[in-house]
Amino acid sequence: MDTRLMAEDFSAWYGQNQVVKNVTLPVFANQITAIIGPSGCGKSTFIRCLNRMHEVIPGTRTRGRVLLDGENIYANRVDPVEIRRRVGMVFQKPNPFPTMSIFDNVAAGLRLHGLPPGTTAEEVVKRCLKMVGLWNEVKDRLRDSGVSLSGGQQQRLCIARALAVEPEILLMDEPCSALDPVSTMKIEELIKELKERYTIVIVTHSMHQAARVADYTAFFLNGQLIEFGPTSAIFTNPRDQRTEDYITGRFG
Amino acid sequence: MQKPSHQSRQWGDAVFRGLTLLAALVMVGLILVIALQLIKGSQPAFARFGLGFITGSRWDPVHGDFGSLPLVYGTVVSSLIALIIAVPLSLGIAIYLAELAPQRVRAPLSFLVELLAAIPSVVYGLWGIFVLVPWIRTSLEPFLHRFLGWLPFFQGTFYGFGMLAAGIILAIMITPTISAVSREVLLAVPVSQREAMLALGATRWETIKMAVLPYGRSGILGAVILGLGRAIGETMAVTMVIGNRPQVSPSVFELAQTIASIIANEFSEAFDDLHLSALVMAGLVLFIVTLLLNIIARLLVWRVARAPEGMSRE
Ligand SMILES: Nc1ncnc2c1ncn2[C@@H]1O[C@H](COP(=O)(O)OP(=O)(O)OP(=O)(O)O)[C@@H](O)[C@H]1O
Ligand SMILES: [Mg+2]
Repeated sequence: MDTRLMAEDFSAWYGQNQVVKNVTLPVFANQITAIIGPSGCGKSTFIRCLNRMHEVIPGTRTRGRVLLDGENIYANRVDPVEIRRRVGMVFQKPNPFPTMSIFDNVAAGLRLHGLPPGTTAEEVVKRCLKMVGLWNEVKDRLRDSGVSLSGGQQQRLCIARALAVEPEILLMDEPCSALDPVSTMKIEELIKELKERYTIVIVTHSMHQAARVADYTAFFLNGQLIEFGPTSAIFTNPRDQRTEDYITGRFG
Repeated sequence: MQKPSHQSRQWGDAVFRGLTLLAALVMVGLILVIALQLIKGSQPAFARFGLGFITGSRWDPVHGDFGSLPLVYGTVVSSLIALIIAVPLSLGIAIYLAELAPQRVRAPLSFLVELLAAIPSVVYGLWGIFVLVPWIRTSLEPFLHRFLGWLPFFQGTFYGFGMLAAGIILAIMITPTISAVSREVLLAVPVSQREAMLALGATRWETIKMAVLPYGRSGILGAVILGLGRAIGETMAVTMVIGNRPQVSPSVFELAQTIASIIANEFSEAFDDLHLSALVMAGLVLFIVTLLLNIIARLLVWRVARAPEGMSRE
């Protein structure tokens, strides 16, 4: 199987506080990789290192390599802006741009990078909204503000916004944690459909969610990668005692 | 400890509500009293000139002829010049302080900017007379005339004093206010908004332009209005550099006069009742102009703040 993204012996700090410790983790093409672990174990920090978002926080530091199709994205001549276009991100709390319409929210990235040749903004916006299953709900109100939608709709809008710049990989940091069960289910369905075309890394608090959507699962504890493998193996037959304790709910 | 009884807590509530209501009423009362005083004081002038007071373009105490158009014109144009200079400058300062400056220099620089707002206006006026006016006369006006002299705004004698000097000094005075408030506004923009834009592959500048500034636009507008309010009412520094000649001229090189400045200037020398009353009426006009501007500004802020929903359904 193709390895799209590979973290090698990767560490990250906030000031003096090391919160990701020597993590080596592959992300396979067109698969969904879930990252689970107790609160504060460094899941968000780690996933933000995969598109160089960690460094936008003042006082942070990283060490190690992350290979995107074999190229180290932390090499000197690499432009983080370009990496973030190729590796999109969806955040825990839906964060549409409140001063932009639904249409403009999805088109925001197009204004940055231009349109793919032979397409119009209308086509791209429509395609992305269809992909996230929002088209029928919003097609008559594309001029409304992005924040006039419900929480679940806003999160799907944010996914559409990330998809519009045609990233190769989509990072999602607890995309459902602010949502109700029905919205959560819709987004899980969506994630499973998206894997046809994208490679997805998803951080989740919910082991059930990981079990439902992920092909591979990584278990983090105190900034370290404890165990990584096919989701079924992690959940039915963990090799590490700490993984077993966590998934059986004995701690965390 | 014994819990206060339900009744006494309710009573406390009522007292508190009463006190705040009283404070609010005092405010409204004060404004009404001021307005009434101004209206009463301007009766003689109003009886004589009627609405011609507003449209009349001659202000001539010697002949007892009072029209306030040149004053309104001077007030509006000098404030406008101030805004044209101060708004881009302040936005630049605010963006630098909130987004770009290295962590270490942010606090000292921000403090410095706020300090500038605390300098008394008479000091600005002195600086204006001794530094700004000579510079305008020998450098800025010749320069503007050479390159933009074909425009009616940049013609005439180079006095140094005049509309341009007033506009520039006002710009300098309101820049600290606008930049300090705008900086606060920018700092209040949530990190999630910046990160949303960055994660789409935006550069720092694109993030500021497309996410941070739009998010803060109503607050920034508020900051500009605050600055405008200060410019319109400013008296001392303006008096010292504007030349104090009430006239309507398209050229910013010309001497001019503002409402606030003429009141301060002539009040002590106004011995006949008509002159006094005309000055009070000028005060009333200033009161109304400021009130209108504030109302327009408020409406703008509300419009912008509501825009996400409001705009879309049109
Ligand atoms: N901006 C920050 N500045 C300093 N320390 C931080 C910052 N963000 C997170 N940390 C610290 O880094 C550690 C890991 O945080 P992180 O957000 O990556 O955890 P997480 O696994 O995503 O937790 P959760 O499941 O609660 O989201 C925590 O101890 C946290 O206190
Ligand atoms: Mg997290």
